[in-house]
Amino acid sequence: MARRELQAAPRRRLLLTGTIAVGVAALVAINSFTRNLEESVSRQARSLLGADLSIAGRQSFSPRVEALLDSLPRNSVTARITSFSAMAYVPRTAGTRLVQVAAVVGRFPFYGEIRTRPLRAWAQLQEGHNIIVDPALLTALAAQLGDTIALGEARFVITGTIESAPSDVGFRFAFGPRVYLPARYLEETRLLGFGARVQYEAFVKLPAGTSAQSVAERYRRLLAPERLRVRTVAEDQRNLNDVLTRLTGYLGLVALIALLLGGVGVASAAVVLVRQRMETIAVLRCLGATGAEVLAVYLIEAVGMATAGSLIGALLGIAVQQALPQVLHGFLPVDVVPSFSAGAAALGIGTGMWIGFIFAAIPIFRVRLIPPLAALRRPYESERGGRDLWLVLPFLALAGSTVALAQVQVGSWRRGAVFAGAIGLALIILWGFSWALVRLVRRWLPERWAYVWRQGLANLYRPANQTVTLVLSIGFGAFLLGTLYLVQHNLLRQLRLTGGPARPNLVLFDIQPDQLGAVLEQLEASGLPRTAVTPIVPMRIASVKGRPVSQLLADRSRAESEPSNAWAFRREYRSTYRDSIVGSERIVQGRWWEKGGQSSGQISVEQDLARELGLKLGDEIVWDVQGVSVPSRVVSIREVDWARFEPNFFVVFSPGTLEDAPRSYVTLTRIDNAAKRGSFQRSLAERFPNVSTLDLSLLQETLERLVDRVSLAIRFMALFSLLVGALVLIGALATSRFQRIREGALLRTMGATRRQILQIVLAEYLSLGVLAALVATLLAVLAAWAVAHFLFDSAYELPVLALLGLAALVVTLTVLVGFANSRDVVRRAPLEVLREQ
Amino acid sequence: MPDAILQSQSLGRTYRSAGRDLTVLKDISFRVEPGEFLAILGPSGSGKTTLLGLLAGLDRPTTGTVHLDGQDLSRLDEDQRARVRSEKVGFVFQAFQLIPTLTAQENVQVPLELQGEPKARAVARELLARVGLVGREHHYPAQLSGGEQQRVAVARGFSSRPKLLFADEPTGNLDAATGATIIDLMVGLNRDLGTTMVLVTHDLDLAGRARRTIRLADGSIVGDTAA
Repeated sequence: MARRELQAAPRRRLLLTGTIAVGVAALVAINSFTRNLEESVSRQARSLLGADLSIAGRQSFSPRVEALLDSLPRNSVTARITSFSAMAYVPRTAGTRLVQVAAVVGRFPFYGEIRTRPLRAWAQLQEGHNIIVDPALLTALAAQLGDTIALGEARFVITGTIESAPSDVGFRFAFGPRVYLPARYLEETRLLGFGARVQYEAFVKLPAGTSAQSVAERYRRLLAPERLRVRTVAEDQRNLNDVLTRLTGYLGLVALIALLLGGVGVASAAVVLVRQRMETIAVLRCLGATGAEVLAVYLIEAVGMATAGSLIGALLGIAVQQALPQVLHGFLPVDVVPSFSAGAAALGIGTGMWIGFIFAAIPIFRVRLIPPLAALRRPYESERGGRDLWLVLPFLALAGSTVALAQVQVGSWRRGAVFAGAIGLALIILWGFSWALVRLVRRWLPERWAYVWRQGLANLYRPANQTVTLVLSIGFGAFLLGTLYLVQHNLLRQLRLTGGPARPNLVLFDIQPDQLGAVLEQLEASGLPRTAVTPIVPMRIASVKGRPVSQLLADRSRAESEPSNAWAFRREYRSTYRDSIVGSERIVQGRWWEKGGQSSGQISVEQDLARELGLKLGDEIVWDVQGVSVPSRVVSIREVDWARFEPNFFVVFSPGTLEDAPRSYVTLTRIDNAAKRGSFQRSLAERFPNVSTLDLSLLQETLERLVDRVSLAIRFMALFSLLVGALVLIGALATSRFQRIREGALLRTMGATRRQILQIVLAEYLSLGVLAALVATLLAVLAAWAVAHFLFDSAYELPVLALLGLAALVVTLTVLVGFANSRDVVRRAPLEVLREQ
Repeated sequence: MPDAILQSQSLGRTYRSAGRDLTVLKDISFRVEPGEFLAILGPSGSGKTTLLGLLAGLDRPTTGTVHLDGQDLSRLDEDQRARVRSEKVGFVFQAFQLIPTLTAQENVQVPLELQGEPKARAVARELLARVGLVGREHHYPAQLSGGEQQRVAVARGFSSRPKLLFADEPTGNLDAATGATIIDLMVGLNRDLGTTMVLVTHDLDLAGRARRTIRLADGSIVGDTAA
């Protein structure tokens, strides 16, 4: 029975199958592209750490730790780096400099690369007493390749300079120029004696498919008593992580929206199908079929078409995904490798079938209500029928599915429910407005208006009108697209804020108070911009809330809580003081001190640090500033955007507290040309040997590439969903096509001109489009605000012009498709159409 | 004789179907004078409806010309022909062809509205009263019986006071008694308003009501008799 039904009316079915196919194609393409992109972005991110995870501590690893390292998942690879500060001395030039030594065992890095000049220097590092140095060190020591460097009691030959190396996002002022040497000669230096501040770090590359996060969780517990810190790319690169989370969240949302758009298309195609089959169904019922049997016939048909559509869509999606990187090759600074993702395909087919089925079921459930009498007499009211509790079923299923899908895509049940609720609310509001429009036009349609306008507008409330269907589908589509656009706009805006060409790329630090004037003069003489000069005072925590650090640490090790806390208590803080807040900071608790007020002894603490130290507003901390006790009170807690290339601080003091403490200064400048950057660094080093410079340009380039990728992906996805939206709109409007052609032919027969017919169409679709676009835009503004505020935690800005443009686009598209629908009326001879009846 | 209301000259229509040319009409020539009541009689498939379509300018002939009230339809484009229809032609179809989403009165109003007639409403009411549908003005076609729907269609056909009314099997979907009243209605209107009528049918009895009959067979005229 269902099979025979399937064989009739191929054109309508093509629409239905096609719409599912497009939706599924979008889902599969977006999901696989997202996976590819995530992989490529996380590859990029891993190359910043150089490994999947690292385990670091202040003592050399105990036998227990070594045993634990041996128990890492099979096929894991490890490398070790021991790092510490030491004085480097070049006998030939007699230059000395504090450097950061990294002693390497193993083939580090596993991701990304250390580029050296000459190229082979890194590969040959382990072959002898070789050392590879930061080019800034050569400048500072007036040394050259081949010179001998003394580190402690060992001698090394400079065999190369570092071009780029994995490094941390953000920078630490404590670092001097880096040098790399083979770890087996570490003993010879005799620098690792008692009291040396050494960091022992093991870098681990896990076998493919192992989650660094879950390994890290497991080992973090085991290594806690050993006071070791376990870092993964995801958690260590906090800023990168933020960007990534937002990107994945956003792409998940896009895929879901594409699928729902596809669902709307399916629903409208199913409406056409049912409307076309009214008589067939009525005849079937006349012949004795029960409502349930008729329902079964069409549900089986819907399942068949949803399956076909999903399979076609999956193939299409894979094709699109494979073609994407090729198509975008010129744009992508990326190596997104299109790998077939069976998971994404299966998910796409599964959800496509389910969504197609559910959406089709909504109109199809009504076939039960078609009375046998309809075979004899067409019902004059649209097939609304009575209230039917059974109709609640597909809607409940739809609501449940939306929550479940949102959970899969966005990753939390609560968010899934909120998402589905928001969609439901949007639909109800759209329905309400279309209902109001129908009422309004029916009550208030001026007699004086030209016939074509009255006729077009009256079509909005006439029997079998499509006002609600169209406002719902067009409005819903426009709402989703508008939301997407707004979220995209705000995400991109935030990325631009983080990046941007005006960022400083050279840090000048360790400037002594008596050198400050001269250094600033040299910057000015070279015509270079600079950021505000920031004072830096090194200090340690002496006591928190009246309890000395030693006592706090003893408590903590007994409780075996996280060892990273211990570091927070023990570390050296490089704090600053100022009277105002800077752009990368935001107060989350308490208040900033008043400018010029009596505020000495107040501090503002970064929120994560406050959490680690267990600090609340009003808590007392006593600092040890090079032997002097400085008491302070927490008056505010700040959120800090560490991704900004500005000197940021865990602890900021109010003015009037640290002015007499020993301090150094830091400032940042920007020099675009690499050669000029080098010569400036050299000339600075000649005049002020103790002033260190740190070149951030490589790090920035890496980040910029990343931001570029993310922006491009976001734009591309928005474009893709716009395409799906347009297709769905065409599908939705096709619901009325057949009826329109007949009406148009009749009007033509009675002497209506082409112009008159087009005006009628214009009046109807213009009012539908304007209503749908307006309501949808308002809803999108609200929804995007909510998404930005609650989901992405980002600032919100309204691009009014672009938004109006989108609304105009929706209206234009609606009217154009309306015209296209009536194309046959105008083109074909009226007789031809009338004869088809 | 320039005062013919309708004149067909060597009219022919060929359709291409499945790669073959199918000639439906060939060499049809005749004149219709103002006020005439003409029946075009022929069995199914003789080309009646095609001829009606050509005469009313709903389709274009392959050969020959149609002059309607002195205007050569083949020289007009679709919109100009629509204007001619709007001003001079009315229709009644076998399947009624009412617009299902408009009420009876709105259906009758359409041709008047298309002409921009300001009193469309009153005229439509009057015509509906004349075809005996007082009180049914606001019913939709689906709420009316076949006979009532055809009355609405007749009222609509005459609403713009056309010079020429084409009727295509107007009683084909109705029982004999109802069909007879519809024809009486049309004959009455033809007489009262002086409208020229062209009736297409396969029904001999119905054709007998006309004053002149043209017989059509296999796309050609095989007889032209005045009653």
